[in-house]
Amino acid sequence: MKTKTNDVILQTVTNVVAFMILLFSLRIFFVGHYTPGGGFIGGLMTSGAIVLLLLAYDIKTVANILPVDYKILTAIGLLFAVGTSAGALVFDVPFLTHAYGEFNLPLLGETGLHTAVLFDTGVYLVVIGVTMTIIQTIGVSE
Amino acid sequence: MINLLILPILIPLITAVILMFVSKYVKVQRGISAISTAATVIASLVLINTVFLDGIQTVNLGSWEAPFGITLVSDMFSALLVTTTSIITLIVILYSFKSIGIDRERFYYYPVVQFLLVGVNGAFTTGDIFNLFVFFEVMLMSSYVLIVLGGTRNQLREGIKYILVNVISSALFVITVAYLYSVLGTLNMADISRKIAEVDQPGILTAIAILFLIVFGLKGAIFPLYFWLPGSYYAPPTPVLALFGALLTKVGVYSIIRTNTLFFYHDTGFTHEILGVLAILTVVLGCIGAIAYWDVKKIIIYNIIIAVGVILFGVSTMNPDALEGSVYYLVHDMIIKAALFLLIGVMIKITGTTDLKKMGGLIKEYPWLGWTFLAATFSLAGIPPLSGFIGKLMILKGGFSEGDYLGAAVVLASSLLVLYSVIKIFLNGIWGAPKPYHGITKGHARYLWMTSAVLVLLAVLYGFGAETLRPLFTQAAEVLTDPNLYIDAVLKE
Repeated sequence: MKTKTNDVILQTVTNVVAFMILLFSLRIFFVGHYTPGGGFIGGLMTSGAIVLLLLAYDIKTVANILPVDYKILTAIGLLFAVGTSAGALVFDVPFLTHAYGEFNLPLLGETGLHTAVLFDTGVYLVVIGVTMTIIQTIGVSE
Repeated sequence: MINLLILPILIPLITAVILMFVSKYVKVQRGISAISTAATVIASLVLINTVFLDGIQTVNLGSWEAPFGITLVSDMFSALLVTTTSIITLIVILYSFKSIGIDRERFYYYPVVQFLLVGVNGAFTTGDIFNLFVFFEVMLMSSYVLIVLGGTRNQLREGIKYILVNVISSALFVITVAYLYSVLGTLNMADISRKIAEVDQPGILTAIAILFLIVFGLKGAIFPLYFWLPGSYYAPPTPVLALFGALLTKVGVYSIIRTNTLFFYHDTGFTHEILGVLAILTVVLGCIGAIAYWDVKKIIIYNIIIAVGVILFGVSTMNPDALEGSVYYLVHDMIIKAALFLLIGVMIKITGTTDLKKMGGLIKEYPWLGWTFLAATFSLAGIPPLSGFIGKLMILKGGFSEGDYLGAAVVLASSLLVLYSVIKIFLNGIWGAPKPYHGITKGHARYLWMTSAVLVLLAVLYGFGAETLRPLFTQAAEVLTDPNLYIDAVLKE
C-alpha cells in the first residue's frame, strides 16, 4: 500500500465547491420563511460542506481550519432556541409567542424581522453540532 | 403568571443546556443540577396550589387559539405527577453524587437526567397527542443514553433490546396518531374528545383505542407486552434504575389513563373489559415473577409490573372511587418504588452482590438501613396506616361495587404475595447470620441511606396525611370521571 497519495484535484475542487455549498446552505436557511428551506436543511447542508472538507483533508486539518467544539455548538444552538421561546416569559405572554416587525436597516432598506429566525438559528446550530459530533466521533474511534 | 405550568418543563431544559457547557467540572454540575431541580420542585408545588385554587390551568403556546396550536394543560392529576416526578428526580440526583461514579458523571450524566425530567414532565403536562409523542421521544432518548452510559457488556446487550422495542412501539404510536388524525382531523386532546363524542365512537375508533392500548402497554409494561422490562431494567446502575422504575412505566400508565378516560369512554364494554382482563393478567404475572426470584433487583422489578396491573385494574372499572384510588396509588407507587430501588442499591453496594442467598445479617452493622427497608416494605404492601393502603382500598371498593369480584380478589391476593416477596428480602438479606463484606465504607453507606430515607419518610407522611391530601385526589378524579371539565377548560366555550 502506498503511504502517500496525491489528492491535488480533489483538494482543489473541494476548495471551490465547499465554499459554494456553504453559501447555498446559508441561502436556503434565510429563505425558509417564504420558500422551501429553513434551519434543518440549511444546517445539514452546512455540515455537508464540512464533511466534504473532511473527505478531502484529514480531521486534524479541518479542526485547524474550523476550531469549533461541536458539542458546545449544539449547546449554544439549544440556548438560542430556548432563549427565544423563553423571552416570552419576560413579556408575560404565552411561551413561544414570537414578535415581528418592519425595520429600516442601513444597507438592506425595508426589512421584515421575525424572532422565529432566532429560533431557526438555534435549529441550524444544533443540526450542525449534532451531525458533526456524530461524524467526528465515529471518525476517530478505532 | 401565565406561563407557570411550563416552568417544570423549562427549568430542567435550560439546566440541561447549561450543564452541557460545564461537562468537565463535575462539582459544578452537581451543584447546578441539585439547585435547579429543587427549583423545579418548588415550581411544581406552586403549580399544585394554583390548580387547587383556580382549577385547570392551560397555556396556548405561541398565543394560537386552542384546537389550532399546541396547548399545555395542567389539571390536578398531571400536576400531582409532575410534582412527584420532580421530587424523585431531586432525591435520585442527590443519591447519584456518591453512587454513579466519576466516569459517568463526566460523560453528560446530569444533563441527560435533566432531559429525562423534561420528557417526563412534558408528557404529563401536554394537551396535544402528537406533542405527547414528542415528549415520549425526549424521555426515551434520554433513557437510551442512561441505559448504555458506562458501556458494560450487560448494559449494551440490554440497551439494544430496549431500543428495539421502543423504536417499534414509537413507530406504532405514529401510525396510531395518523389513523386518529385521518378519522377526526385534529390532534388537540380536548378537541379529539369532543369529536369522538359527536360521532359516538364507531368501530374504527374502538380499533384505534386498542392500538393506543398496545402502544402505551409496550411503554408501561402490561401483559403480554412486558417482556422487555425485566432484562432491560436489570442492566443500568441503581440511580438510573430508580428513575426508570419510578417514572418511565408510569408515563405509559398515565397515557393509558388519559386516553381511556378522556377519549374512549363511550364503548367501555369492549375497551375497558380488555383493559381489565389484561390488568389482572399483569398482576398475576408480576406476582409469579416477584416470588420466583432470589435476586433483589429482579424482585423489585417484578413489583413494578404488579403495581401497573393494580392501577390499570382501577381504571378499567371506570368507577369514581376506583379512579381516585388509582391516582392515589400511582403517586404512592412512584415514591415507594424509587425508595425501594435506592435502598436495595445501598444493600448491593455494601454486600457487592444482588443474590439474596449471599447476603445476610445486615441488621447487625446497619440497623438504620434495615428498619427503613422494613418501613418501605410495609408501605409497599399496604399495611393500614402507610401509603399503599388507601389507594388499594379504594380500588377494591370500586371493583366490588362494579361487580368485578374476581379482579378485586386477585388484587387483594396480590398484596399478600407482594408482602411475601419483599419480606423475603428482609428475612434473608437483613435478618439472618452476618457475612463478611468488602463493599463501601460505613459513612458512604450512611449518605446513600439518608437520601433514600427521605423518600421513605415522604411515603410514610403520604400515608398518614391521606386525609389532608384527599381534596387534591378528589379533584384529580373529578376530571377523569367528567371529561367535559377538561374540554371546557381547554376550548373555553
